[in-house]
Amino acid sequence: MKKTHIIGILVIAAAIFIIITTAGDASSYVSFKEAKEMAENGNDKMIHVVGQLSKDVEGNVVGIEPSDDKLSFSFAMVDNNQETQQVYYNEPMPPDFMRSEQVVVIGSYKNDLFVADEILLKCPSKYEEETISVNEISKR
Amino acid sequence: MVNTAIGNIGHLFVIISFILSLFAAYSYLKSSVSNNDLNKKGWLQNGRLLFYIHSGAVLGVVIVLFAIIYGNHFEYHYAWSHASKTLPFYYKLSCFWEGQEGSFLLWIFWNCILGIILIQTSKHWEGPMMTVFALVQAFLTSMILGAVFFDLKIGSSPFLLLRDVMTDAPVFDADPNFIPEDGTGLNPLLQNYWMVIHPPTLFLGYATTLIPFAYLIAGLWTKNYQDWIKPALPWTIFSVAILGLGQLMGAYWAYETLSFGGYWNWDPVENAVYVPWIIQVAGLHAMIIFKNNNTALKLAMILTVATFILILYATFLTRSGVLGEASVHSFTDLGLNGQLLIYMLTFLAISVYFLIAHWKNIPSSNKEISTYSREFWIFLGAITFCLMGFQVLYATSIPVYNNIIEAFGGTSNIAPPADQVGYFTNIQIWGAVLIAILSGTGQLFYWKKMEKNKIVEALVAPFIIALLVSAIIIVFAKISTVSYIILLTAAVYSIAANGKVLWSIWSKKPSLSGGAIAHIGVAFMLIGILFSSGYSKVVSLNNSGLLYSSEFSDEMNRENVLLFLNEPRQMNEYELIYKGRRKEVEKVPFYVPEYQLAPTSVEYLYRVTESIKDDGEVIFDVGDTVEVSHENTYYEIDYKKGGEKIFTLFPRAQVNPSMGLLVSPDIKRSVSSDLYTHISTIPDPEKEKDWSEPESKKVRAGERFFINDYVAEFKGVERVNDVAGIDLGPTDVAVKGLVEIFGDAENEILEPLFVVKDNMIGNIPEVSEQFGARVSFVNVFPEEDSFELSIQTTQKDYIIMKAIEKPYINVLWLGTFVLMIGFGIATARRFKDFAKVKL
Repeated sequence: MKKTHIIGILVIAAAIFIIITTAGDASSYVSFKEAKEMAENGNDKMIHVVGQLSKDVEGNVVGIEPSDDKLSFSFAMVDNNQETQQVYYNEPMPPDFMRSEQVVVIGSYKNDLFVADEILLKCPSKYEEETISVNEISKR
Repeated sequence: MVNTAIGNIGHLFVIISFILSLFAAYSYLKSSVSNNDLNKKGWLQNGRLLFYIHSGAVLGVVIVLFAIIYGNHFEYHYAWSHASKTLPFYYKLSCFWEGQEGSFLLWIFWNCILGIILIQTSKHWEGPMMTVFALVQAFLTSMILGAVFFDLKIGSSPFLLLRDVMTDAPVFDADPNFIPEDGTGLNPLLQNYWMVIHPPTLFLGYATTLIPFAYLIAGLWTKNYQDWIKPALPWTIFSVAILGLGQLMGAYWAYETLSFGGYWNWDPVENAVYVPWIIQVAGLHAMIIFKNNNTALKLAMILTVATFILILYATFLTRSGVLGEASVHSFTDLGLNGQLLIYMLTFLAISVYFLIAHWKNIPSSNKEISTYSREFWIFLGAITFCLMGFQVLYATSIPVYNNIIEAFGGTSNIAPPADQVGYFTNIQIWGAVLIAILSGTGQLFYWKKMEKNKIVEALVAPFIIALLVSAIIIVFAKISTVSYIILLTAAVYSIAANGKVLWSIWSKKPSLSGGAIAHIGVAFMLIGILFSSGYSKVVSLNNSGLLYSSEFSDEMNRENVLLFLNEPRQMNEYELIYKGRRKEVEKVPFYVPEYQLAPTSVEYLYRVTESIKDDGEVIFDVGDTVEVSHENTYYEIDYKKGGEKIFTLFPRAQVNPSMGLLVSPDIKRSVSSDLYTHISTIPDPEKEKDWSEPESKKVRAGERFFINDYVAEFKGVERVNDVAGIDLGPTDVAVKGLVEIFGDAENEILEPLFVVKDNMIGNIPEVSEQFGARVSFVNVFPEEDSFELSIQTTQKDYIIMKAIEKPYINVLWLGTFVLMIGFGIATARRFKDFAKVKL
């Protein structure tokens, strides 16, 4: 066998290895319901849940509970199936948390609590402004 | 008055530049296919002229757009959404390329400069090579064309008027000539000198990847299957260097400005550029193999094509919004997805066509590469780079797979790996180990035509040095992770082997030393990354064993500390004290405490309420108006050890009305490590303080009591003759009470006032920020010799911060510097080689 063939086989093996590990490490976007089922079946893999903060009729965020030492907090999140779940995050509340339009939590269920390892926030970007603020108009 | 003329001129320049790039491509094409020498020359000169005029038009676009930004023409959407009046000149440059249209323009502009250089230097390659070049330029200029043909939007123009973008805004119904007072400003995170130089560098890198590609297509087209490498090689080295430098500048900016705690996060935005870069490095090595050995030509071709296509793919990923939920970065979708996709697929089709059509004619060598040849080792290196790139490409594209599956009606919910950093480093670290070993060994073979029996002799010295030095480091730095030990040993080996090569060639021919120096730089970078990332330590970690709730039994470490104002707190070997909020004041060489300033009606002007002194010398007196960078607040934190103050850090938080709170770290740098500190949370600055219900207290002089859990003493009263803002008549009385509060670090005396004016009783309370108390002096009972105070309390000012230690991060920056020197030497050498080519 020629050396280039051996190298070729090794390269293919390495590529397959990468694809397999990626498939193993890849997470998935699920709802809280599915996440809970996964946890109950003993699958403790970290998953992504996409949703929003729970809000009352007036649009105020509800269900935020900071810990006494302020170093962690939990919040109520509504997933895309409108299911609400309390999520715990072992970090102080990110500064622009309350303003977020969309929240992606990465984590898993620990008993009845969803523990987020990481939170991705989509905040209203200033670069997509569609309105000119009123006070700017009043400046005229 | 809405200045429509300037935007129309700009738009006209865009249209001219687009049409001329097409004409230039056509002329160069005619020149390349023409058999008649006279025609050939005529079309060539035509193309050249058209490209020059095209470049002039592009320069016109750049000047007009900058004039709109610099001239505060906020009737234009681009200026309004990216700039504001008070920005200094260099940040107005950043505004220019903050938006997508501006960054495309930057890319186009670099292409013009490079095109002009290539016209001068490409010799007989000009016709076919510039055909490709001008065609790419046409695609790029179409991105900012802003034309609509039958509902099909082509490009997004930077010259749109605000009223045409915001057609729904009611203000324009009332007055179509409305011009906003000011723009919405530049994202404060981008107000950083790295953001002035990082985008131009990165886009120069993007632009230069086109050159080897254009030479390759020209080579295939004209059947010069081998010669294209000579002019392409120096440009490839240059491009690798610039693209690498651009990424590292971005990494350094992220380290200094963002607060995710490092310089690299394996975020899709970073990965999108990392992949083409690492493939380009592989391509560069394939070219070098070919130059020496006439093998690996096809590999060099494929990798050159892949680099360029991957740059287009990166552009597609980062600008199309396809990454949506996968990245923390916000992506704006300008509706150019289709156009970006067509751009990428067109050039993919062109490349594949040329490669397939000529594949059989491309010379390839059937000879087996000897294990003892340098080329064998370089080849293995190139393959390793490809695999490293493959992993990142494959995982970063996960959102694309979802989109493709959904486009065909399926559903897919694959998400990127939850632990991105872990997933990528687990594979990349082994790639890095291989690269270090191969670069060391390959270089040894490179410079000594090896015979089998001499190998041991050549390898033995670097090998022993590697074992010795890394053993010492492992013992002293207490490294115990197996993969780190192997990476460290491999990197030291690479330094030793390349150092040996460098030693032997430096005295003979320094111009050949580029490779050895670049490889030493890479090895140093690997060591720097190993320590600064692998041994990055959260210093503010406190394992208090706090349980969140009873059903939640896992203990969790807190990675942040809470600091109340002026209350010392132990954090590892340091004692920390948060000293208060500070502002940056124009013409004052230090940060000024916020309580010495009061806001005015203009947001960046403040009035001085307590004189600002430098070494006892008054810089600004009470009542002066000063200019303040109003968005930034700095939090003074003293680091003490054994009661001695060692240093002070000022991490920053920016309160931006439309973006919320943005935090940036402050870094204490020393030779061996960086101490990186950033704010995690502060009390909401927009929320009014909640004061408790007033609590009434009758006290006598010398009596002690509690205020907000602190011991306080009422020391007595003093008569006051002048009260600011109150005109005291002969029958009026003003008295101040002296209340001392005893803090952990220092005490504070509050002086609330009790005033009797025109037989009316009034009081002026005093507030202590640090103890969260407001004390009013409400009554005097002369017959009992006692006084009545009213006390309100509130949440004390606090910050929550995180501190991370990054050991030996300077080795990474040093390695970068060495790498760039190596690239510089290598580029110069290869350009000289091509300059010697006769026509």
